[in-house]
Order: sequence, then structure tokens, then C-alpha cells
Amino acid sequence: MVILERNLSARYSSRRFKLMTASTIKHLVLILLAISFVFPMFWMMSTSVKPDFEQLRWPPVWIPNPFDFSNYPNAMNFEPFFQYITNTLVYCVLTVVGTLVSSTLVAYGFARIDWPEKNFLFILMLATMMLPFQVTMVPLFVLFKTLGWVGSYKPLIVPTFFGSAFNIFLLRQFFMTIPNSLSEAAYIDGANELVIFWRIIIPLAKPALATVALFQFIYGWNDFLGPLIYLNDQSTFTISLGLQNYVSSYGTQWGLLMAASTVATLPIVVLFFLAQKTFIQGISLSGLKG
Amino acid sequence: MSTTVNVVMGKKSVKPKPSRARLRRNRLIGWLFISPWIIGFLAFALYPFIASLFYSFTNYNILSPPQWIGGQNYQQMIKDPLFWQSLYNTLYYTVVFVPISTVIAIAIALLLNMKIKGLAIYRTLFYLPSVVPLVASSILWVWLFNPSFGFIDAFLRAIGLPAPGWLYSDAWVKPSLVLMSLWGIGQPIVIYLAGLQGVPNDLYEAAVLEGANTWQRVWYVTIPMISPVILFNVILGLIGSFQYFTQAYVMTQGGPDNSSLFFALYLYQQAFQCLHLGYASAMAWLLFVLILVATLFVFRSSARWVYYGGEQ
Repeated sequence: MVILERNLSARYSSRRFKLMTASTIKHLVLILLAISFVFPMFWMMSTSVKPDFEQLRWPPVWIPNPFDFSNYPNAMNFEPFFQYITNTLVYCVLTVVGTLVSSTLVAYGFARIDWPEKNFLFILMLATMMLPFQVTMVPLFVLFKTLGWVGSYKPLIVPTFFGSAFNIFLLRQFFMTIPNSLSEAAYIDGANELVIFWRIIIPLAKPALATVALFQFIYGWNDFLGPLIYLNDQSTFTISLGLQNYVSSYGTQWGLLMAASTVATLPIVVLFFLAQKTFIQGISLSGLKG
Repeated sequence: MSTTVNVVMGKKSVKPKPSRARLRRNRLIGWLFISPWIIGFLAFALYPFIASLFYSFTNYNILSPPQWIGGQNYQQMIKDPLFWQSLYNTLYYTVVFVPISTVIAIAIALLLNMKIKGLAIYRTLFYLPSVVPLVASSILWVWLFNPSFGFIDAFLRAIGLPAPGWLYSDAWVKPSLVLMSLWGIGQPIVIYLAGLQGVPNDLYEAAVLEGANTWQRVWYVTIPMISPVILFNVILGLIGSFQYFTQAYVMTQGGPDNSSLFFALYLYQQAFQCLHLGYASAMAWLLFVLILVATLFVFRSSARWVYYGGEQ
């Protein structure tokens, strides 16, 4: 009896030990991974607040004491980063408006109305997502050049008012989850499709709209190739384009470069933290319904 | 292809048939609602799609009208060593990055799915690098990879390992860029995690009853159940890799010795720096065909490895 008990408790504790080590190892691996994912950004910010001589030291100065913020005003003096940020904000807000207006209407047509050609057109729309930017890039450039739009934001903003496949797709998936009985009831009460769209679907779809707005905003903030092709005057640059311009002129002043990169990164990181839930849900949704 | 389409379209619910008048009205309203996209599709997708095919058979520098030269752009491509180099670089990047990123992203998602404490924090930390603007992260990695003062080299020296020269080495520049891209796989991780959380628990319980160990559960239950998500991510990864551009443009401009001259970068240079718009269009069409073939190939193969539950 005693032997059995001892045996049992030994087995129990060894199992518990195994479980504990397993969980410790899991956390250890995750912590190491998390550090390697976060470290580069930490290093960016850390370099940006170090005087030059501290940047090159080994063992490294992890957190400088005191912080030397002079890289920030210096970087801002070399390059009109505030102008870039204003440009980018205006650009992002306009494309968000364009995307929301157009993509919600189109998604409604695909999700909530029964009509014969819609499945074919929907598949056609999904197929356009496979079309690489490079294929349409040259003719669109020629087209916008003919219209006299090159050098302005029009080539980057106007197309968003005609819907983007990915956002339409996301919104349609969400609209389809709204029970049909709601529209039917409104329809019987004499509401037309626009009223149903505006009064019923849009208010219920706020989380999806937030997701799309967020995606579009970040896309605009980070996009590089589009602005690179269409913008040629420095005063119109977006933050990404301005940053690249800055590197090509001040290639090795790491404190300044890291300060400028931090300025370009921080707003979007703050936005990400504020809207984290919307974000993660949106990304999860995009993968699962695909 | 049809399987995915069915998944995308969702299940059709059984509804009473609407009247003919309502059907006709619906058709009109349906077209009206999607008309913004129709206009956008014609102007910003279909037209440029066809126009670029036309340009690919012309000599065109935007200043004078395009001149028909038949298949000469395509013939020139075959003779252009830089074209082959850029194609090789892009295929190299794709073949290395897509499988490695898939395995690592699934592995991290599996770890996160083990009822871990602080899941939301880890998920945020892994996702964080993906929101950093590509130009900013490119500059940051040039600094990290810097051979004299960069953190990575200093660290390797400190633990007594040789530093390979990273972005300045013909052999190492592509692996360096792959390494940097692996830092930005937060999006697939989040998608895989969502997929994993959707796997019903009773499947695992059944597997445990059958005596399956952890690895067997992962291999015979988890992987098949999330295989549609894997397909989705692999295809996104493929399409993205074929168009790899910004990092190379900012970090290396194609160097050293063209070993990071990727297809999209060379195409951009041809189009907007040399104004060889016809040649660039020919390259763009080849890129399109390559992406199409690769995607179809993955879709075809998916019949053998993707499991769609009871839906099919």
C-alpha cells in the first residue's frame, strides 16, 4: 500500500515536473522569439536617441543615459518631414473615404441582392487580385500622363473611389453574415435598397468598416511604389518617399536616419496599438473566409 | 479552382423564389450598386491589362508614339543576361522564402495555440514588425546588417562567429533579405492562429483516445484541418515574393554585382529609368504568366493536400 502510494506520488510529481518543464520551455522559446521580433524596432529607437560615439560602442549601450534627442530636430531640419506627414495624412484620409464609399456599395450589390450575373462578376473581381501591379503600371502611367495627372495625388486617390477588390471581398463576407430577415422586413415596410443599405447594413457593419478603413490607411501610409512612380516634386512626397529621399542624401548618419525612421513608424504603431482588436480580427477574417 | 470558389461563395441558403418583376428590378439595382467597381475594372484593370500586352509588342518611350516591332522585345529578353539574372534572383528568393516562412509561421502559431498565458501580448509583438513602413524597416535593416558597426556583426564577433558581409556579399545578399522578410511574417502568423483556433476540440480528444502523441496530432489532425489556410497563405506569399521590390530598391539598388536585382526592380528600372516601356511591358506580361502558372500549379497540387472538411 505504502509502496503503491509512493509509486503513484512519484509518478504524479514526475508528470507534473514534465508539464512544468514543457511549459517553461514553451515560454522560453516564445520569449526568445518575441525578443528577436521586437529587438530591431527597439534598436531603431535606441540608436535614434544616442550621440554618434555611443552608436558604435561594444558592448552596446542598450538604453542611453541621458537620452540625446538632438537627432530629431536635426533630421527635421534637413528634410521637411512635417510636410511629408501632412501630405501622407491627407492622402490616406482621402483614399479611406474613397474606399469606404465605393467598396461598401459594391459589396452590398454582391452580398445582399440576388441577380443573375453577380457570381460571374464576383469571381472576375477575385481574379483581378491576381493581376500584378507591374502589368497595369505602364499603361496606367501613360494614361495618367495623358490626363496631366502625373506629379499630383490624383492617380493614387481617384482609383480608390472605384472600389478595391480585397476590401470589397472583406465587406461582402461581413455583409453576408447579417440575417436576411432584417432586409426583408424593411423591404415589406416599403424601404428601397438604398435605405436598407444606409439604415440597416451600414450601422451593423461598423466593425468591418473600421477594419477596411484601417487597412486602407496603413496601406497608404506604407505604400512606396505608387508614390515613387507618380510624385516627382519633393514638396508633394509621402513619408515613405521622403524617407527614401533622405537616405539617398544622408546615407550613413545612423542617428539621424533612425530618428527619421522612428518618425515615420511611430504614428502607425500608435494607431496599431489603439485599434489592435479591429486589426487582428480583420486579418483573421481575411484568411479564414478565403 | 472550383473547390475554392465554392468555399468563397459560401453555402446557398434555400429561399422562396422571388417574383419575375422583382428579379428584373434586382438585376438593374445589382448592376447599379456594383457600377463603381465595373468602371474601375474597365479603366484600371482591363484596359491597362490589354494595353500592356499591346505595348509589349512595340518600341515605346512615351515621348513618341509606340512603334510595332512584333516579338522583338521577347527575343531581346532571351538574350538579356540581366533579365535572366533578375529572374533567377526572384525565383531564388521565392523558393527559399515561401517554404521557410510557412514552416516558421505555422510553428509559431502552434506554440501560441497551446493555451499559453499572455497570448494577446505575444500575438501583438509578432505582428508589430508588419506595420512598420517598408522603407523605414529597410533602412533599419541596412543599419543592423552594417558590416563595421551593425548590431548583427558586432554580436557575431562577440560570440566568436565569422560575419558573412551580408548585404555587401554576392552570396549573402539574398539570404539576408530573406532573413529580414522572416521578421515580417506577423500577418500569416495571425491568420494561422485564427485557423488553429477554429479546429474543433473533439478531433483532438478523439486522437488522444486513439493513442496519438503530440506530433501525430499535429501532423494528422492540425495540419489537414488548417490546410485551406496554408493554401491561402502560400498563394499570397508566392504572389508577394514574385513582386518583391521596395526592400531591394531602398537597401541595395540591385547590388552587389546584380545579385539582388529582382525581377520587379529590373522591370521598374527598364520602365522608368531607361524609358523602355515596351520592354518593361513584355517583362510584366511574363511576370503575370509566371504568377498565374505558379498559382495554378499550387491550386492543382492542393487537391492532394488540402482538406475541406465535409463541404466537398
